Amino acid sequence: MAKTLPVSFKLNGKPVAVEVEGRELLIYTLREKLGHTGAHIGCETSHCGACTVDCNGLSVKSCTVLTVQCEGAEVLTVEGLERGGTLHALQQAFHEQHGLQCGYCTPGMLMRAYRLLQENPNPSEQEIRYGMAGNLCRCTGYQNIVKAVQAAARKLSAAPAAA
Amino acid sequence: MIPASFDYHAPRSIGEALSLLSSLGDGAKLLAGGHSLLPMMKLRFAQPAHLIDLNRIAELRGIREEGTELVVGAMSTEADLLGSAIVRSKVPLLAEGAASIADPQVRNKGTIGGDISHGDPGNDHPALMLALDASFVLTGPKGQRRVKADGYFLGIYATQLALDEILTEIRIPIPAAGSGWSYQKLKRKTGDFATAAAAVVLQMKGGNVARVAIGLTNVAPTALRAHAAEAALTGKPLNEASLRDAARLAMSICNPAPDQRGDAAYKTAMCGEMTRRALQAAAARVRT
Repeated sequence: MAKTLPVSFKLNGKPVAVEVEGRELLIYTLREKLGHTGAHIGCETSHCGACTVDCNGLSVKSCTVLTVQCEGAEVLTVEGLERGGTLHALQQAFHEQHGLQCGYCTPGMLMRAYRLLQENPNPSEQEIRYGMAGNLCRCTGYQNIVKAVQAAARKLSAAPAAA
Repeated sequence: MIPASFDYHAPRSIGEALSLLSSLGDGAKLLAGGHSLLPMMKLRFAQPAHLIDLNRIAELRGIREEGTELVVGAMSTEADLLGSAIVRSKVPLLAEGAASIADPQVRNKGTIGGDISHGDPGNDHPALMLALDASFVLTGPKGQRRVKADGYFLGIYATQLALDEILTEIRIPIPAAGSGWSYQKLKRKTGDFATAAAAVVLQMKGGNVARVAIGLTNVAPTALRAHAAEAALTGKPLNEASLRDAARLAMSICNPAPDQRGDAAYKTAMCGEMTRRALQAAAARVRT
């Protein structure tokens, strides 16, 4: 049995503790040890962005972050977006604007868009495309994803408390 | 894909990291942003017995102006460079280069020091550093030494960084006020390495090139400084003839590896074109 290390961090606001090998990647800890299967394993080479989560206020690709590096971190996943049964404005907007087809990339898209709107609450189309460039979608052609992010940005700026 | 097993170390200071590096020997690798090393470890191109994670060492981050130099901590991320007001005002070429690297998530993790020390000719900072005439501070058990970017890159994955040393700081002479700059990068898609790219810093005087530095990305086993092209331009106006000459001389030192981005002739031609465009874009930004 390889040596394991204790790691504690906050996942969607709740403290969690796991024992992992040094080589364990965050995506596997989230999915297999903590039952959070929202973040998806896509390319596993840090290209596709399906595994995007938020770590200490930054979007990261959790297939290329070691779990041991998250000691003490605040990690947010797509499971943390809805509140008390109400979808986050971004989730609602992806639904209304048809910002997904198969849905595989959606958790990563949502988490990246969530952070993008924190960084820039009123992005232009060009800023959305540049800011979401690390997330690949093979279905939509991106147009409706951009529309969804724009719609969510409008809704959030009208009611900032919902952010 | 999961890396092979290793022992993980997370030192809190440069001194602690150096002791670990000395005691663990050549089975140890330094982990910076991890977006080159971890993928290589997944593929078993690298199987270090020990990983020394530099991410918890606060003294390796930060960007400051010191005299005539911009000093960048080696663990500063691409996002740090992009978000830095001092980088944008003093060495805007560095921000333009960082903006062309990978994607937002990768820029949040990838570091300037990792990009430089990895020795991958596809990385962008080496050519930027050559064009900026930067120096690197290498810290080892016997203290620090300062090495010029020109001469630091020895081959694919080979630099002057010794096994017991850590690249701790990047020191960039702040270009003279009014200098023009540009990084022109041809890539197939977001996240791809350059098919070819050129970095230029340019100063003009009385309509002629007073000083120019040109760095080239991914057209040889290392980033290249285009000395002959620089010499040919110096003292001349930038016009069709001098640009053609500079592009030809930059192309003459290319020795790219053919891959899915193109064959050697195509990559060489694109290097000439990127050199021409970077010179033109830099010239448009010169203030005299």
